[in-house]
Amino acid sequence: MKRLFRIYDDIPRGVYLGVAIFSICFILALWSLLSYTGLTDTRLLPTPSDVLAAAQREAGDGTLWGDMLASSYRIGLGFLASTVLAIPIGLLMGTLKIGEAFFEPPIDLIRYMPAVAFVPLTIVWIGTDDRQKVAILFIGTFFQQVLLIMDNVKNVPRNLVNVAYTFGLKPWEVLTRVILPASLPGIVDTLRITMGWAWTYLVVCELVAADQGLGSRIMISERYFDMPAMILGVLVIGLLGITIDYLFKFLYARLFPYMKRRAA
Amino acid sequence: MTGRAKLRAEGVRKVFGSGKGELVALDDVTMEVDENEFITIVGTSGCGKSTFLNIVAGLTEPTGGKLTIDGHAISGPGLDRGMVFQSYSLFPWQTVLQNVVFGLAKKPMSRRKRLEIAEEHIAMVGLRGFENSYPSQLSGGMQQRVAIARALAYNPSMLLMDEPFGALDAQTRGLMQELLLGVWEKHRITVLFITHDVDEAIFLSDRVYVMTARPGRIKAELPITLPRPRDYEMQTAPEFVEIKRRIMALIREESLRTIAREERL
Repeated sequence: MKRLFRIYDDIPRGVYLGVAIFSICFILALWSLLSYTGLTDTRLLPTPSDVLAAAQREAGDGTLWGDMLASSYRIGLGFLASTVLAIPIGLLMGTLKIGEAFFEPPIDLIRYMPAVAFVPLTIVWIGTDDRQKVAILFIGTFFQQVLLIMDNVKNVPRNLVNVAYTFGLKPWEVLTRVILPASLPGIVDTLRITMGWAWTYLVVCELVAADQGLGSRIMISERYFDMPAMILGVLVIGLLGITIDYLFKFLYARLFPYMKRRAA
Repeated sequence: MTGRAKLRAEGVRKVFGSGKGELVALDDVTMEVDENEFITIVGTSGCGKSTFLNIVAGLTEPTGGKLTIDGHAISGPGLDRGMVFQSYSLFPWQTVLQNVVFGLAKKPMSRRKRLEIAEEHIAMVGLRGFENSYPSQLSGGMQQRVAIARALAYNPSMLLMDEPFGALDAQTRGLMQELLLGVWEKHRITVLFITHDVDEAIFLSDRVYVMTARPGRIKAELPITLPRPRDYEMQTAPEFVEIKRRIMALIREESLRTIAREERL
């Protein structure tokens, strides 16, 4: 028993898994206890079966799938637009000091302007259609992404670059054949982390102005005081987020098997 | 001066930064390496010996002075010089074989020939069977053997080694030194080796240059006349111990100077 509480020490895999499952079950149990027994007002905290019923209803009439599709489409487009620009600009900033000097001051400035503050502005500029959501997602993601990618690129061990020069490679070849593959694991990790932030921005946009999407469903449900549907909305966003996170982790393990450390 | 010098450095100077932040790393380094010689530069840490090696490799530009290889001025890195760094120089996303093949990227030859040469050099450093391993699956000593194989595979006429065994434990380091000597005796290539390990310098070299503390200059040049081929037991021979005593005394002077200077600051 004492062995399970040693600082930094490993614990058996079975114990780890058991505790992880217990922790989820504990939350579900607590929720059930509070709601089914009437300890709390079920109008405010609906029971798990209420939420399941809402899920069945929304899945049955297709609203759930429509919302998921709308939200995924927006986040996919916004995240893609951001990533497609952030990778080359981050590479440029991380490798060329002059590129850093040109791009970093404005990016740093905009980075500290909360993306959420652009919601009213973009509504006036663009309207409330998908393009506005993509714009907010871009503003919220790009300026963080590009600086993190710059750091990923800067962290490439200088010796790898020097070795490539001694092989007679030209600077352009060093960039594409050494610096890019060397920083790729870090970049994929950056994408995974920024994807989590992108979800927040998406939901904020949808809460403010949208007629479809997981965020707007929460907002609409609030109007009808449909608590089970609101909780369902929050849960689905969380589940989608964690699924994407695991997909990134899976991709990382598949793409970079060499990153696995040797068992000492 | 003899005509057969492979590398000749005259008054090489390197200054980093400018104005108040100016740092003179090297001041008037003059030395020579003959064809097929094994030369080591020893010095205290921070004396600029690695900077000098980077200049010879063409990775750093000197501020002043003259440097020639085979009579030609050095204007950048080239396939005539192979380099082995202390650590983190293998491409982690490539297998052992891919790493060695990558070194041949600029050699005009068929893919088949590249593979053949790579496999031959991997076998030479005793890593047959590890061709498809990733660097992260190898020990530090094995990784450095790959780095050596990779640098020799494209057949440079000079091998530059920057404390290649500095990160290894003492036992592995000893074995690596013997392996390097074995390879060198077969290949007969000019080697310029940097280390702060005096035993290593004596054991490997034909001549040892001792550098001063920063700004780096050549303080002394000592021929090592121990017979070859050398074996590890030689390190306790009286001749070895005597030369070690002399080099240690020279380095100690420099270390004391460095400490005195730091205490004044």
